[in-house]
Amino acid sequence: MTATPLASLFMEKANAVSISVTEVASMADVFSYALHLCKEKEPYQNLLPKGVNSTTVAAKPADLGDAQKVIAAPGLAEEDLKALQKLGEKEGILVISCGLRNFVAGLDVSVTMATMGIAETATCVLDCSDEEVRLASMLCEDHVMVLPKSVLQQSSFDVEQAIEALQKKGPRFISFISGASRTADIERVLALGVHGPLQLHVLLLEA
Amino acid sequence: MQTASNLKEYRKELQEALDNEFLRTAMDKFAVAYKSNVNNVFAGLDRKAMIAEVAAAKDAAIQNQEALFAEFKANAEKNGVHVHLARTAQEANELIASIAKENNCKRIIKSKSMTAEETLLNHVLEDAGFEVVETDLGEWIIQMRHEGPTHMVMPAIHLSRHQVAELFTSVTKEQQSDDIQKLVKVARRQLRRYFAEADMGVTGANFALADSGTIGICCNEGNARLTMTLPRVHVAICGLDKLAASLNDALKVVKILPRNATGQAITSYVNMVTGANECKGNPEDKKIMHIVFLDNGRSALAKDPVCGEVLRCVRCGACANVCPVYRLVGGHQMGHIYIGAVGLILTYFFHGREKAKQLIQNCINCGACKDICAAGIDLPAIIQEIRARLNEEEGAPIESTLLGKVLANRKLFHTLLRFGRYAQKPITGNTPYLRHLPQMFMRGQEFRALPALAPKPFRDIWDEVKRNNPVQPKLRVALFAGCAQDFIYPEQLVAAAKLMQAKGAALEFPMGQSCCGLPVQMMGERKAAEDVAQMNVHAFDVAKYDYIVSMCASCSSHIKHSYPSLLKGQPSEQVAVQQMVDKMTDFSSLLHDVLGYTEDDFKKGQEAVTYHAPCHLCRGLGVTKQPRDLIAAAADYKPSAEEDVCCGFGGSYSIKFPEMSSATLKRKLDNMEASGASVLVTDCPGCVMQIRGGAEKRGSKVKVQHLAELLVSKMK
Ligand code: SF4
Ligand code: SF4
Repeated sequence: MTATPLASLFMEKANAVSISVTEVASMADVFSYALHLCKEKEPYQNLLPKGVNSTTVAAKPADLGDAQKVIAAPGLAEEDLKALQKLGEKEGILVISCGLRNFVAGLDVSVTMATMGIAETATCVLDCSDEEVRLASMLCEDHVMVLPKSVLQQSSFDVEQAIEALQKKGPRFISFISGASRTADIERVLALGVHGPLQLHVLLLEA
Repeated sequence: MQTASNLKEYRKELQEALDNEFLRTAMDKFAVAYKSNVNNVFAGLDRKAMIAEVAAAKDAAIQNQEALFAEFKANAEKNGVHVHLARTAQEANELIASIAKENNCKRIIKSKSMTAEETLLNHVLEDAGFEVVETDLGEWIIQMRHEGPTHMVMPAIHLSRHQVAELFTSVTKEQQSDDIQKLVKVARRQLRRYFAEADMGVTGANFALADSGTIGICCNEGNARLTMTLPRVHVAICGLDKLAASLNDALKVVKILPRNATGQAITSYVNMVTGANECKGNPEDKKIMHIVFLDNGRSALAKDPVCGEVLRCVRCGACANVCPVYRLVGGHQMGHIYIGAVGLILTYFFHGREKAKQLIQNCINCGACKDICAAGIDLPAIIQEIRARLNEEEGAPIESTLLGKVLANRKLFHTLLRFGRYAQKPITGNTPYLRHLPQMFMRGQEFRALPALAPKPFRDIWDEVKRNNPVQPKLRVALFAGCAQDFIYPEQLVAAAKLMQAKGAALEFPMGQSCCGLPVQMMGERKAAEDVAQMNVHAFDVAKYDYIVSMCASCSSHIKHSYPSLLKGQPSEQVAVQQMVDKMTDFSSLLHDVLGYTEDDFKKGQEAVTYHAPCHLCRGLGVTKQPRDLIAAAADYKPSAEEDVCCGFGGSYSIKFPEMSSATLKRKLDNMEASGASVLVTDCPGCVMQIRGGAEKRGSKVKVQHLAELLVSKMK
C-alpha cells in the first residue's frame, strides 16, 4: 500500500471520530470485508412493528426469514454487483441493489462508492441522487464506504468546483458523510446509531 | 420559553432555575467542557480569519438578499421545486398547512429547524389536524414534554437521563433503564415507524445557494436525510438570511458552524439538495418539493444599520455556550425561542417587545458571546441598542431616566457623590464597607459587602499626586479615573500614579471628566450616554498627551469601542474622538509595553497571587498577557480555573439581578480559593468591588487588590 500524506491525514482524523478505516487493494478485498463483517455481526434489529401503515414503504419482505442477513449495494458497477451477489450466496447472505423501500425495518450492511474524499475532516462525498444509494446509506447498521485514494483531497474547498458543476446540471443529492449517525442529546453523552448506521467503515482503495 | 410579564416574575423564574441542582451541575460541566473542546478543534486554524470570512460573505448576502432570492427561485424552479416567500410567520405556517392538504398528507415528520420553531409551525399543523412528529432526538423529547428548546443545538440539554427514561417508559409502556445508549436505541425503534408512515417531511436549511438552487442541511443524527428521503413530499422552511451566493460561501459556514457548536470538525452529515430528486414513493418517482422562505422582518432588518448584523447568525448556539447568564439558568430563562445572546435580540425582532422586555435586561455585558460568535456579530452592542429602542418605544424606567439626568450633569453628579459621603456615615460603622443599608437598598444585596465612599475623592488629592511628576518627563499621560476609582478607591489611582511617575510619566488629571457613561448606555439611556461621551471628550485636551490611561478596564473599553459610534452624528468632534480612541490604553499595557516594567523593578516575594481577568480587558481590549507578566514579575503567579469568566458585577446588573450576580460570584470565589493563592489581583475597580465584597462577606483569607496596589507594594 502506498502511504500518501492525504491518506494518513484521513486516517488520523477518522480515528478521532470513531470511523474505522482500512486500506484495501482491490474491490475483491472490499467484498470480503463486507461479507466478513456481515457474517460476524448480530442479525439486524427489525425496527418496524407489525401493522405499519404506509403507502410508500413496505415492512420487511414476507418471504425473508428472521435470521436472513442482507447487504445492500446499490451504485456498484454491474460486474462488481454480480461478483458480490455470487459470494454472498455462498454465505447465505442476500445482496440487493434496489427496492430498498422494502427494507425500512433495517438491514445489515450497505456498500456505497464515494465519489470524492476530504482528508482534513475524514469525509466521504457521496452522490446519492439515486434514492437507493441514499436509503442504503441510512437503513443499514454498518455502512461500508469505498473511497479510492486517487479522489482524496485536502479540504472541502478542493472538492467545491466538482460539486458545483454537478449541482448546476440539474437535480442532485450530494452528501458529505463523516461518521456514523450520532447524537449527544441526552446529557451530552455521545451515542452512535440514533437513526442511521451504528458504524461507518471507510475502505481506502488503492486506485 | 419566556412567559414572565414583569421583572419580578422574571426574577422568580430565574430563582427557580438557580435552584435546579441538575441544571446547575449540567450547565457548569458543559461550560467547562465546551471551552476545551473548542480550543482543541480550532487548534492550528486561524479562527479570527474564519470568522471574518463568514462575516464578509454574510454581509454581502444580506445586502443582496432580494437578488439572491430571485436567483435561487429561478434555479430551483428549473429543477422542479416550488419556491415561496412568506412575509410573516403566520403566512409560512398557512402555506405549509395548505401544501400538506393539497397533497393529501396526514402524517408529518420534522427534522430540527429553528425557523419552524420561530413560526410555531407545529401548533398550527396540529390544530389543522395533522399528526406532527419531531425526529431529532432532543426535539422529540421536548415535543413529548410540551416544552420549548433550551439550546439551539442541544434542545434537551436541561433534562437528565432519568427524566428521559421516565418519559420513554410512559411512551413505550415498558420500563426503560436510564442507560443512555439504551435510551437512544429506544428512540431509534420508536421513531422508525414515523419515518415509514409519514407523507410529508419538513426540514429547515442551514444554507440556500442562489446560483444552483441548492439547500444544505447539516446534521449528526441523520434524521434530516430520512425526512427528506422517505416521505412523498418535502417542505423546507428557511429564513431569507440563509441565502448564500455560492457553495464557496456556504463551505465557509460549514467549516466553522460545527466547530463552534459542539467542538466537532464537521457534522456526520452535510446534505446538499438541488432540485426535486428521485422519490420512489411517488408515482412519477419524483419528490414533491417546496421551499418556503421566511421573511418575518428579515428584509427590513437587513436595512437596519445597527442591528442588521444579527442576520449573519449561523445558529451555532455558541453565544449561549459561553454566556455566564445562560450557564446559570439555561435556555428557558435566557431566551424565548431563540436562545442565548442572539436569542435576546431575535426575540425582540421576531416575537415582540412584550416577550423581549425582561429578557433583554438579562445580559451582564461580559462580551464572551461577541468573542466566540462564528459570524463576528457585536451581540452586546446590539443588546444595548435594543434597550435604548425599548426605552424610546415604551418610556424608560424612572431609575434609568434619573441616572441619565444626573450623569449628564457632572457637577450635580459629583455633588451628589460628595453628599453621599456624609449620608453614609451612620451606615459604615467606621469600616470601609456599608454596614447597615436601609432594607430597601439592601434587598438581595447581602451576598457581598458594599464599599463606602472614600473620605476624599481622587480629584481632591490630585494636587498632592501631581507634585511627584518627574522633572524631565519622558511621556505625558492623562488619567481617566472613572467614578469607582475617583470616589471609592482613590488609593488605587494613587498607587498607579506612583508606578507611572517612577518611570518618567508626567501625569495630568483633567477635572472636567466624569463617569465614562457605560452605566447609562447599559440601561439604554442613549441621549445621556452621548452627552457624557461628549463631556469627556471636551474635558481632555487630547492632542497634548502621548497616552490616556484608565485603571478601569470597563471605562477604557467603553471609550474605545462606543465613543466613535455615540458621537458619529457630530462632525466637529471626530478628530478629538479618534485621537482619544487611539491614545486610550489600559494600565497593564502602559506599564508593560510602554514603561517597560520587568522583574528587575520589583522585590519579588514568595507570596502566591492569582488573577481575575476583567471581561472588558481580556475580551473588550484583548489584553491578556501583560497583567499576568506583571504579576509574575512581582510575585508567584498562581493561575486559577476560569480566570477569564465574568465575576458577576456588571454594574447595575448586580443590583437588578442580585441572585444571578451572587451565583456567578460564588464560583469566582471558589476558584480563587482553590488556587491556593493568598492574594487575588485584577485590573478593574468594579471587579475589585465585587470580588472583595464577596470575599469579605464569606470571611475569606484571600486579599483582593487592584494590580496597581500589588505592584506598588513590591516596587524596589
Ligand atoms: S455579553 Fe455576556 S452576559 Fe451578555 S449575552 Fe453576551 S455572554 Fe451573555
Ligand atoms: S449569534 Fe453568533 S454565536 Fe450566536 S448562534 Fe449566531 S453565529 Fe452562533
